[in-house]
Amino acid sequence: MRDIYHAHRMMRQIRQNAMQRGVIAVLDVGTWKIAALILKFDGPEVFREDDGVSSMAGQSNFRVIGAATTRSRGVRFGEIDAMTETERAIRTAVQAAQKMAGVRVDHVIATFSGGAPRSYGLDGTYALENSAVTESDVARVLANCDMPDLGEGREIMHAQPVNFSLDHRAGLSDPRGMTGRELATDVHLLSVDRAVIQNLLYCIKRCDLELAGVASSAYVAGVSALVEDEKELGGACVDLGGGTTSVSVFLKKHMIYGDCVPMGGDHVTMDISKGLQVSLANAERIKTVHGGVHATGMDDRELIETGGETGDWEHDRRNVSRSELIGIMRPRIEEILENVRDRLDAAGFEHLPSQQIVLTGGGSQVPGLDGLATRILGNQVRLGRPMRVRGLPQAATGPGFASTVGLCLFASHPQDEWWDFEIPVDNYPARSVKRAVKWFKDNW
Amino acid sequence: MQSLKAKRSTKNNANDPAPSRISYRLQRLWLTPFFRSLLRTGVPAFSVALFVAWYVSDQDNVDKILVKFSEVRTSIEERPEFMVSMMELKGASDEVAEDIREILPVDFPVSSFHLDMALVKETVEGLDAVKSANVRLRSGGIFELVVKERIPAAVWQSHDGFNAIDETGRRVSDLAAREARMDLPILAGEGADKHVMEGLLLTMISQELGHRVVGLVRVGERRWDVVLTNGQRILLPEEQADQALERVIALDQAQDLLNRDISVVDMRQSNRPTVRMSKTALDNLRQIRMIEFEGINQ
Repeated sequence: MRDIYHAHRMMRQIRQNAMQRGVIAVLDVGTWKIAALILKFDGPEVFREDDGVSSMAGQSNFRVIGAATTRSRGVRFGEIDAMTETERAIRTAVQAAQKMAGVRVDHVIATFSGGAPRSYGLDGTYALENSAVTESDVARVLANCDMPDLGEGREIMHAQPVNFSLDHRAGLSDPRGMTGRELATDVHLLSVDRAVIQNLLYCIKRCDLELAGVASSAYVAGVSALVEDEKELGGACVDLGGGTTSVSVFLKKHMIYGDCVPMGGDHVTMDISKGLQVSLANAERIKTVHGGVHATGMDDRELIETGGETGDWEHDRRNVSRSELIGIMRPRIEEILENVRDRLDAAGFEHLPSQQIVLTGGGSQVPGLDGLATRILGNQVRLGRPMRVRGLPQAATGPGFASTVGLCLFASHPQDEWWDFEIPVDNYPARSVKRAVKWFKDNW
Repeated sequence: MQSLKAKRSTKNNANDPAPSRISYRLQRLWLTPFFRSLLRTGVPAFSVALFVAWYVSDQDNVDKILVKFSEVRTSIEERPEFMVSMMELKGASDEVAEDIREILPVDFPVSSFHLDMALVKETVEGLDAVKSANVRLRSGGIFELVVKERIPAAVWQSHDGFNAIDETGRRVSDLAAREARMDLPILAGEGADKHVMEGLLLTMISQELGHRVVGLVRVGERRWDVVLTNGQRILLPEEQADQALERVIALDQAQDLLNRDISVVDMRQSNRPTVRMSKTALDNLRQIRMIEFEGINQ
């Protein structure tokens, strides 16, 4: 158990050092695009009264000083597929962001959506020695959680205590200082494929960067796209990306479920390409310019030039009606949303007090998607955009950047993870100096 | 599937926005603050220092620089605007002017950078005959020297011979003989030059006595004697010598004192003026007294 957290502890250390130095980069390795932002931690924003509400209501202590996006290469389903290609794409993004910022970054926090994330709910109990709960008691109860069998080649990505209960009082967010006899906790654990993380790590290392943290795309998209009460009362974030659709469920400001449907906008494009017999680039253009999910009578008359460069005049000069395009797009989007529905059902989403669903990601920009999603997912669906952060260029404020912006918030306001607590004394090897020091620390 | 072995051609790279590994690393290096400051200040400074060191290591180069430097310096100094071609001497009599020209450490024409005005002033004022000197450079390269000469007020006779001195006692020139300046009063004795003003005052007062006055002698460096023709002396006190002399003159005018056969009028004790008679007068007086005495006795 300890060695699993060793890497996470080290990354946390690197992240703290980097933030103390003031500059850190965030890197969103997506299937469609790779985005790099460079954050400068320079204290809270100076707020003028005539500005209105500042970004993040003045709660942010960082500023984006460099931003760059590049077309992703060598990534499929949110996983690295051709490493040298991905490395080139990361280099492109990081170099452009560095150029804009005018500073060199050495530490990077990365996110990706692949690796088949799987959620586990853990619980542990601990009988308190003293009546008041101390921080070491919290560490002990976390250590007492029974570990599920993650399976071969799986790695823990997030392990966040989401709930504490003391005797019969449940739903405590901070039990420290409270009195009781038995402390219990619920931990949400997210595991991903180890090979995927290692590939990403290796790729980042080849770019002369140091990984200072890694987060699931489902989690960070939810962090930036959901608003406070949605996170508090229960909400799901559906991040429709290029190769994957990430789903995360939030309750009481914690992620309680995260999953990923390996289907996204690229599949829609591929369907269009196959159905209309056009190139992928053309299909992408047609999708973004003319795409939709609700066909009306007007759409039968609206003809779209398919274009093409095959040299066959008859082939290149075809026209298709928009209804045909919608007829291709809609079943695939419905399929994606139905998959999302399945995941939400599996997570027990219908038991949450509020069932707000927020659609974000580049795929959520399809006109009429919210109407379609209402039919499949439930009544409370809205389109979400990421939170405003200081210094973010206008081009990077769209819904496609939800997980990128969420990663900024992950860097500046990290939630407690399991490895943020000290390891209890019992878990140190016997006769170690550290154990002695710890014993002194705890008892004085 | 893309080729794993084929080299990426430059043609393909033109469409590839990705920076090469080298350019990526170079850009990161360039953005490193330390490296950047090193390259922007350290390297130029070091290369300049290196070049200077290399250039100076050869003695010929140093000589060349020094020669060139002095050439430039000379060419600037010797521009006609800075040259002083002649001296204009004002306020000096011919002999003094000659003396000044002789001792002046300047050979015209000379650059004004090399003309030490303070030294010239000091040198000229070092002459006995010169009371003060004003030096300035006038436009047109003229060096103007305005001299105020000392005016001799008396002749001072001492062990060194005759000297003309001004009223402060400073020597103006030496005289071959008293006859050279018969118009000046003569003062004699050690320390007379320290009290010239008093001597001159007494001389003025003694004009009343006409040609009888020869001169004044300072006695014992504390008081004056007025020496008259045929060896008569008026001994004056240290204090209020002028009043004492006036009293003698009044006495002379009233009683014709000095025409009598006396050698010394002693005014040193102001409440008891004393007259010393000459030897012949004393003998005569004694004879007269004797005759009178004999007449009485007969």
